[in-house]
Order: sequence, then C-alpha cells, then structure tokens
Amino acid sequence: MIDVKGVTKAYDQKIVVNNVCLQLPVGGVTSIIGPNGAGKSTLLSMISRLLPMDAGTVTVDGLDVTKTPSDVLARRLSILRQDNHLGSRLTVRDLVTFGRYPYSKGRPTAEDMEHVRKALDYLNLEDLADRFLDELSGGQRQRAFVAMVLCQDTDYVLLDEPLNNLDLKHAVAMMKLLRRTADQLGKTVVLVLHDINFASCYSDYIVAMKHGQVAYQGTPEEIMRPEIMRHLYEVDVTVQNVNGQHIALYYA
Amino acid sequence: MSLESLAITNRVPQKTLSLSRPAKITLLLSLFVALTIFAFMTVDVKGNWDFVIPFRGTKIAAMALVGYAIAVSTVLFQTITNNRILTPSVMGFDAMYVLIQTALVFLLGTQRMMALSPQLRFVIEVVLMVSFAALLYRWLFGGPRRSLHLLVLCGLIFGVLFRSLASFMQRIIDPNEFAVLQDMLFASFNSFDRDLLVVSVVLVFAASAVAWRIRHTFDVLTLGRETAISLGVDYRRVVSIILAVIAILVSVSTALVGPVTFFGLLVANMAYQLTDTYKHRWNLPCAAALSLLFLIGGQMVVERVFSFNTSLSIIVEFLGGLMFIILLVRGVASR
Repeated sequence: MIDVKGVTKAYDQKIVVNNVCLQLPVGGVTSIIGPNGAGKSTLLSMISRLLPMDAGTVTVDGLDVTKTPSDVLARRLSILRQDNHLGSRLTVRDLVTFGRYPYSKGRPTAEDMEHVRKALDYLNLEDLADRFLDELSGGQRQRAFVAMVLCQDTDYVLLDEPLNNLDLKHAVAMMKLLRRTADQLGKTVVLVLHDINFASCYSDYIVAMKHGQVAYQGTPEEIMRPEIMRHLYEVDVTVQNVNGQHIALYYA
Repeated sequence: MSLESLAITNRVPQKTLSLSRPAKITLLLSLFVALTIFAFMTVDVKGNWDFVIPFRGTKIAAMALVGYAIAVSTVLFQTITNNRILTPSVMGFDAMYVLIQTALVFLLGTQRMMALSPQLRFVIEVVLMVSFAALLYRWLFGGPRRSLHLLVLCGLIFGVLFRSLASFMQRIIDPNEFAVLQDMLFASFNSFDRDLLVVSVVLVFAASAVAWRIRHTFDVLTLGRETAISLGVDYRRVVSIILAVIAILVSVSTALVGPVTFFGLLVANMAYQLTDTYKHRWNLPCAAALSLLFLIGGQMVVERVFSFNTSLSIIVEFLGGLMFIILLVRGVASR
C-alpha cells in the first residue's frame, strides 16, 4: 500500500501540494485527476522520490521512500514521467533491457533477457525491437518506455500522463494495456490523467485534486457527478450514463 | 580492414563469432595509438638512445595522461549533464583550477608555497578543487534538469568570473610572486611540469579506480536523472562521485599542460560518432584512444613538420572550436 501522510511541497512561497494525506489501495488502476496546477504530477513525483518533499512522509509497503535505498525501492515501484528525452541513440531492446538494471546492475542474465522478451511481447514490440527510438512514432516510443517500466517488474507502476501526445487509437490501446497489466499481472497502477472520461472508464478508484489538496476520492461512480466536476474544473458538466459508463460532457 | 567493410558488417548482423563494430573501432584505434607512440619514439633520432628514450618517454607519458584525463572527464561530464555540447572546460572547471592556484599564492605567499614540495602543493590544490567543484557543480547538476542554454550561460559566466578573479589577484600581488606564479601557470605540451608527473599518475589511477567501481551506473545515467532514479541509481551520490573524479582529472590535465577548452569536446563527439552506441564500455576507451592519437600524433607533426613554429594547442583548439559551433548549430536546428 502507498501511504501518503501530510505531504507538502512549496516553490518559494507558492504551495503546490498542501498537506496531502492519501492511502492508495493495492491492486487495480487508480487515476489522479484535477485541473492544471492542482499538484497531481508533483504529488506523483514525491511519491516516487524524484522530488524531495518539504514535509510529510510517503511509505510504500512500509518503506519510507526518502530513507530506503534507491535500488531497493526500484524493485518495488517504478515511475514513468511524461517527457522522456534521451541523450543518446538507443534501440527499443536496449531501453527495455535497462528495465532490468535494478536486478542485473548492467549485466543482464539469461533470466533478465527472458523478462525483456516477455515485455516486448506484451507490448507487441518484437518487430520494432532493433529499431532506434528516434526512428519511431510518439505512440511506439511511449510503448517502448512502458515496456521498460513493466520489465522492471515492480508491484507498483506509476505513470505521469501516459496519454500525452497519443492519438485516440493509441490512447485507448494504452489504457487497455494498463488495465490488462493490473488485472492479469496483479500490479498496482497509479496514473495522472487529464481526460476524465478515460479515468472514469478504466479506473477502479479516482483521486481528484484541486489547489494542492485531495478534494474528492472514490470509485468512478462516486466521483463522476456534475456537482463534483463543476467544483473541480469550474465549468458546467453534465454526466451521462452511456452503456454503464459515466461519461462527462463539457463541450457546450 | 577498412572503415567501409566495418560499416557493411554492421548493417548485416552476422551470427558468426565476429567482433561488434565498437569493438573493432576500439581495437583499430588502439593499434593506431601503438603505432603513433612507436613512431614518436623512433622518428628522426640523432644521438644517444640513453637520452632519447627517457626524454621522449616522459613526454609521451605526460601527453598520454593528459589525453586520457581530458577524454574521460569529458565523456563522464556529458553523461551526467545528459548532453553532448557541455564539457568541463566549457563549464569553467579549468578556470577554477587556475583560480585556486592563484588564490593559494595570493593568500599564502610564494615563500610558504615554495616551502612545500611541488607534489604536496599539487595535492592540496587538487583537494581544494574537488571540494569546490563538488559543491558548486552539484548544486547545478544534482537536482532536476535545467535548460541547456542556462547551463552554457552559467558555464561562461563561471569561467569569466574565475578568470577575472584570478587575473585580479595576479595584478595586485608582488611582482616577484607573480613571476613564480606565472611559471606555474605557463604549462604547455612542450614545457609540462615534470615534477608533477608521478603524483599525477597516482591521482589519475585513484580517480579511475573510483570511477571503475561505479561504472555500471554510467549507461543508466544517459537515460536522464528521473529514469536513473526510477531504476534505482542513488543519483546525488553517484553524480557527486563522478564530479569529484572529473575535478581530479581536470586538475591533472590543467596542472600539466594548462587549460585546453575544446579538445575534450572534439574527441568525445568523434568517439560517439564512431562507436554509434551509448555504451561507456566502448565510448570511454574509444575517446581516450582518439585523444592519445591526436595529442601524440599532433605533437609529432608540430615538432617535425612545423619545427615548433606553431603550438599543438592552437591546432587542437581550432578543430575543437569548429566542432563546438557545428554541434551547437545542429543542436539548435534539430529542436
């Protein structure tokens, strides 16, 4: 379980994440939603120790993320950020092999390579395995990074806006994949999402943030309500039930 | 074995037991280095071998040490900063070393400085350099990624600041002390400081041993700070260690032959081009071999062809500077 206690982050005087307390359930897909500047990505970065916090603690299965050695944590929790700029040319296979670094320390064994093969297979990347990342489309590259994170084989997989720059087809494929990862591989997937309807359709649990605090949390059914959406995003939203899914309409 | 045949074998992956392209390149370069060293030792020898061998031998040892230090420090620096344009000298490392040398003379006076042996003095300077560099540059590179333009600007300003402070101090010290200081600062490929050679070898070995122990993190660091942390690299610690290693290597090369700004950039980028891999296992030796090849070969050309009428650093800086501009323009264009 990921347990967030009183976590605060401020840049200069501006408080970005304000005394957040949150317990993220084990298993399933949890989405963090909220307007721009609500502190979603900042919170995710602090949970995954990429950003130091000003106050509070985060524990993952009882391990304090700021005190636990980084390589121990790397076998429990992985994080994928939104823009992944690479300084050098790598093939897809090279990148995915890096996912085994927490175990192999740069000397992948046959077992590690088996994990790599499975991850490539899981994301349908075998055909692209020996292509360079800079030759791929945005969606393919995103898939390669997700393959790396899956190859890391951690119980918790955190993703910061994994749908960024993906078209409809690839966005749906990505969400299906994450759903499958949670259901078949039993991982706990936590992601920051902008599209509330994707969050509604694919999550088990939604955390809604506003002004650096957790405003609401609950199942999609509990969160996808017009009054909650209006309070969060400050626009008029109607929520329709379409084939059993709660879909927010906010275009007019 | 020509370069074209290498390119072809690279395109068609063979299942037979053949060396990979980076391995072949590295092997080829090492061969060239060996040939160049042999040529440097034997070309145009007039007179007594008992004189020639130690005389040219120390020269080669110094150049090899400097070449290795510049190549390795540049490649590692580019790894932790995650780009291929910055080098320790662009970021003002060697200016900092000159400042430390000057400040020591300024604060202690030459009397007390001369009472110390040159080796001990050098070690003190290196220790100061490592602590200051680790402090200053860890602040710049240890945290979240900053923009390349900000970094280049910071580096230029650091460089100017350090150089100005140093020349300010040089101006107000006693002229006699200045003469002594100038003697220390006026190192070049022709008149390097022989006293420091042995202690330099020891320092470079120590720095390399430290780097060797964390070599497995180098490749992961090329993925960037956040991915490296996610994969379990203790980022702050590793970056601090690498910065310390770089500080030692830069001190050694600056103490032996003075500041060389663009040479590291030249060899590092040529090595990346040749090996076409992110793996430090190949990039580091390849850059070091290129560096040795250029320095020793270049020195030979300067001595034999130009008969000392030009200085090696001018040629090397000219080529390196061109490379810097090309990379900068290309980098901006691709963005």
